[in-house]
Amino acid sequence: MYPVKTFLMTELLAGLRLTLKHFFTRKATVLYPEEKTPKSPRFRGLHALRRYPNGQERCIACKLCEAVCPAQAITIESGVGPDGTRRTTRYDIDLFKCIYCGFCEEACPVDAIVETRIHEFHMERRGENIMTKDKLLAVGDKYEAMIAADKAADAPYR
Amino acid sequence: MPEIESFTVNFGPQHPAAHGVLRLVLEMEGEVIHKADPHVGLLHRATEKLAETKPYNQSIGYMDRLDYVSMMCNEHGYVLAIEKLLGIKPPIRAQYIRVMFDEITRILNHLMWLGAHAMDIGAMTVFLYCFREREDLMDVYEAVSGTRMHATYYRPGGVYRDLPDKMPQYEPSPYRSAKELEELNEARSGSVLDFIEHFADRFPARIDEYETLLTDNRIWKQRTVNIGVVSPERAMQLGFSGPMLRGSGVVWDLRKHQPYEVYDQLDFDIPVGKNGDCYDRYLVRVEELRQSTRIIKQCVEWLKKNPGPVMIDDRKIAPPRRIEMKDDMESLIHHFKLFTEGYSVPEGEVYAAVEAPKGEFGVYLISDGANKPYRVKVRAPGFPHLAAMNEMVKGHMLADVVAVIGTQDIVFGEIDR
Repeated sequence: MYPVKTFLMTELLAGLRLTLKHFFTRKATVLYPEEKTPKSPRFRGLHALRRYPNGQERCIACKLCEAVCPAQAITIESGVGPDGTRRTTRYDIDLFKCIYCGFCEEACPVDAIVETRIHEFHMERRGENIMTKDKLLAVGDKYEAMIAADKAADAPYR
Repeated sequence: MPEIESFTVNFGPQHPAAHGVLRLVLEMEGEVIHKADPHVGLLHRATEKLAETKPYNQSIGYMDRLDYVSMMCNEHGYVLAIEKLLGIKPPIRAQYIRVMFDEITRILNHLMWLGAHAMDIGAMTVFLYCFREREDLMDVYEAVSGTRMHATYYRPGGVYRDLPDKMPQYEPSPYRSAKELEELNEARSGSVLDFIEHFADRFPARIDEYETLLTDNRIWKQRTVNIGVVSPERAMQLGFSGPMLRGSGVVWDLRKHQPYEVYDQLDFDIPVGKNGDCYDRYLVRVEELRQSTRIIKQCVEWLKKNPGPVMIDDRKIAPPRRIEMKDDMESLIHHFKLFTEGYSVPEGEVYAAVEAPKGEFGVYLISDGANKPYRVKVRAPGFPHLAAMNEMVKGHMLADVVAVIGTQDIVFGEIDR
């Protein structure tokens, strides 16, 4: 039997049949960037600083995120804000150092620093990897609806 | 003109078949290898030293990056060592979740291995099919932890969050009809556990597909049978573990012989090879895919029936839930304490090992009672395997080096650490 099989190349033909079958089935790929694969509310992408609905910054400069950051990517300086409360005067995240572990978000007692589901970002010039406070707040302002929905979806598990 | 007896070839560090940054200095005589000298260290990132400088929990994320195709298993080894020193045990549900994700990781790793190994030896298609299935498991990783690879999901005392009740779905796009979209989202309509179950149901048929392409294929057999033979005695002397050891016929699996978590309550077999060549190791790993699917099914079944906590209820080790933290002063203090200082681990030394997809992944931990480890030593399974490279390729042809690298399932993240 074995020589017959060898001569007829049955096993090779079976493999070819399989690939031919797959040639006619639906493709497993998606048409990125028009189409995207699903992302969960837990996704850890670009960082953002959030505000309360009344426009006040959430961050109170407790520096827990700075302390917990394994890569030491966060730098915070604190001072007195315009309304006399404790605020950050500097909040920098170095995106090159960041390992996207999500500990900052986990540590934040006021849900100020979050990691959003934005994953398509890039830098063009030196220094753009530093997310300053203004940039982080801008991301937060722009995507607040999405962030709020994501955080609400995950709240029962945390 | 004097005749050249032997010459030296640099294989890597930038070689597509070198699986990363392997540099092999090969002494050849014609096509035949006389000596293979692996040079390691090109991916050294001092993970062990780094772990000494930060509180215990902060190094979990760095463990993912050791063997970057079996992420959660590395975390498991590290977390297990800390738990052993602390003398705690995670809740039973967390143990099941961990076992399930260990097996998902095993499938992820073996799929990556199978695809890369087959492509190195000349079978392109398997790679594409393997990655199709990997994508589903990556989605599970993502749904649960928030990242597709570097999960940072295990914690001493359990896992960070329970499994979500909703699997993320594909969104409508102009490029897909409603019917197509529905088909895509069919498996995703339920919880993550439903998705995993759906995967476990259809995955065995996929393994059959890989086997159709490879197991009997004459080219595959010519490239793997009797290549890199290691005898069982030699395999043990060399410190092999995992499929490398089992491929040689030694029945040794930490999941069976030193059961951790709930492996002793699960029903699975450990496949063992006979000849100790590349082909047997291939068969062992493919069978492991099937066994892992079996374990996953059992875990899903248990997890569906038994809700419960996934984190230990000890405020000196695990932070309080967010809702408590926001309402209760004492919880807030615990929260602040844990995220700044972390927890202190009693003085002592401990070794904890898990059966990672590549073999025994162990963490040796010394604590001096502080909130940071005094010393962490990672026992990477790939290191002894790579050390046997010379023995395994001696006398073979140059092309067989690629097959041996493939069969060793080398990942430099863990070897160089």
